[in-house]
Amino acid sequence: MAQIRINNIRKDFGDFTAVKESSFTIEDGEFFMLLGPSGCGKTTTLRMIAGLELPTSGEIYLDGEEISQKPPSQRDIAFVFQMFALYPHMNVRKNLSYPLVSQGMARRDVKAKVEEVAGILGITDILNRPVGGLSGGDRQRVALGRAIVRDPKAFMMDEPLGALDAEFREHMAEELRALHDRMGATTVYVTHDQLEAMQMGDKIVVMNNAVVEQFGTPQEIYDKPATMFVADFIGSPSMNFLSFEGTVAEGATSVDMHGQAIGVPRQMQGDSGKLVFGVRPEHVILSDAGDYRGEVKATEYLGTTQIITLDTPNGELKARTGSDRIVKTGERLGIGFEAPKVTLFNEGSGQALRSELNNKVLSHG
Amino acid sequence: MSSFSVTEPSNRSKWFAGTLVILYALITMIPLAWIMLTGFKSPSDAISYPPKVVFEPTLEGYVNLFTTRTRQTQEYLDANPPETWYEEIVREYDMVIAGPSKFGERFLNSVIIGFGSTFLSIFLGTLAAYAFSRFKIPLADDLLFFILSTRMMPPIAVAIPIFLMYRQLGLSDTHLGMILLYTAVNISLAVWLLKGFIDEIPREYEEAALIDGYTRFQAFYKVVLPQAATGIASTAIFCLIFAWNEYAFAVLLTSGTAQTAPPFIPTIIGVGGLDWPAVAAGATIFLLPVMIFTILLRKHLLRGITFGAVRK
Repeated sequence: MAQIRINNIRKDFGDFTAVKESSFTIEDGEFFMLLGPSGCGKTTTLRMIAGLELPTSGEIYLDGEEISQKPPSQRDIAFVFQMFALYPHMNVRKNLSYPLVSQGMARRDVKAKVEEVAGILGITDILNRPVGGLSGGDRQRVALGRAIVRDPKAFMMDEPLGALDAEFREHMAEELRALHDRMGATTVYVTHDQLEAMQMGDKIVVMNNAVVEQFGTPQEIYDKPATMFVADFIGSPSMNFLSFEGTVAEGATSVDMHGQAIGVPRQMQGDSGKLVFGVRPEHVILSDAGDYRGEVKATEYLGTTQIITLDTPNGELKARTGSDRIVKTGERLGIGFEAPKVTLFNEGSGQALRSELNNKVLSHG
Repeated sequence: MSSFSVTEPSNRSKWFAGTLVILYALITMIPLAWIMLTGFKSPSDAISYPPKVVFEPTLEGYVNLFTTRTRQTQEYLDANPPETWYEEIVREYDMVIAGPSKFGERFLNSVIIGFGSTFLSIFLGTLAAYAFSRFKIPLADDLLFFILSTRMMPPIAVAIPIFLMYRQLGLSDTHLGMILLYTAVNISLAVWLLKGFIDEIPREYEEAALIDGYTRFQAFYKVVLPQAATGIASTAIFCLIFAWNEYAFAVLLTSGTAQTAPPFIPTIIGVGGLDWPAVAAGATIFLLPVMIFTILLRKHLLRGITFGAVRK
């Protein structure tokens, strides 16, 4: 089991930069999510940790040892592929034995180890079947088995649930998380599904356009986004962005939007010009009173809650409220915000302004 | 399965398709069958008109193919009665067997050169195709086009330069020379076909093997090769058929030690009249190795020909 430290890693494919100087640390035993839209460099980062790509520059430390230029066979890292990549010409048992045979393990020990792993994953009864006829879930289990069978220092998983159907995904996600909790192995998991990342991860790195946007726990990333991209990518519906032009002084506790003073966490960084007021739908408070008002455009019923879309002087706003509130389209409502939960962004750079809310997160990220 | 199913053809269309296939097989098999039958005819039966379908089979053609014979005086024939069944056949024409013919040797040459060049083409072709498929090679597309361009004219167009070059290098009429020549012609086909097959094998298999602790070569050998078996088998058949049947270069570049069967078989015609049964016997034996090779690999061949037609 191991800590993985990524230091200023970069990968160029010719003129294309897949990953720009990125750094983060994966602690021992963590279930670590690499999250981002497709093409953001998350899979490349994972492949560099595993040794399937060599970084153009930067270092990767596995338990303090620099491994960035080593071949994958010398890294003791296991990899679970999205398409499973089970050896099609071998049966399940051979697939599981393969990593052990390559280490020169004695035949009897291989057999015992394979049986043990098959027992953990509940695939003992399919050991002698060819992999061709297996169901998606069983293939997934065999792929996991092939990864855990040699007790590697860390696991890399490249969207391992991506090839499964929605119904089975949830079940497999739970199984995976349970397996991780049982083994306590450092796991790096690539996904583009923010829900999956929030659900399963201890820590999340959000990547976009080859750069790390933010690195932290799911709560930090959800509540204290460092950039507009993260705020938009995480959460469903995503964070509301109300744009306004104005000045925010250091120490300010409110901003002026459409002539109304609206409360924000105490700001620790001043800015002016085009700014964005970011607020999560559940932090919008609707009332009949209030001077900042918006017109209801649509409502979306979700069972226990509902999403109300409003037109405000500063742009469209989605609010999440209890579904017992009856709202009609065209109605004008007063809008309030939970001031301590608000994040201000600079629209040009997309960066969050430092405030009492996010200061700690921004300074270590 | 309903009667309107797209996947299950009706009995009538199955019957129709079956008849067509059998008819086609019969038409293509007739020349082959004729050659095989002619091999067992006597020379007079072979050239009789109208052609004889029913005849008394004899091994004369095969005996003539494998032996050289001389005419002898009656006294000699009387003094030395025939000792074996094949001598008896020859005696009917007042001849005795002088020794074995060159056919066996030429046939062996064909085997050495045909299979040798096939092996070499496949060996080099697989490695090259793997490299083209998996590694970033500068100017890869241009190199591939260059390899293909060697097939853009008929090989015989370069016969004279090759003839002169081979004479200078001492490769004329050698096994090595013919193996190299056929490999050079086949390699472009092999590289292109095999690249297609290897491209279809997901990289993840090798990457999984690399992660599992194998070197790049072990991953290639243990994971890619078994996957590519289909492609390799069908490519091998194509290469062997070319090298086995090649006639023009064989006539031009070989005369003695390395002569293959194709240029040899016609020379039988010249020995003691038009000996069609011997020619037919030679052709029949000549057909066998490719036939056996193809039958052995037929499982892969079918898959190879339809490769890419169906998505996995």
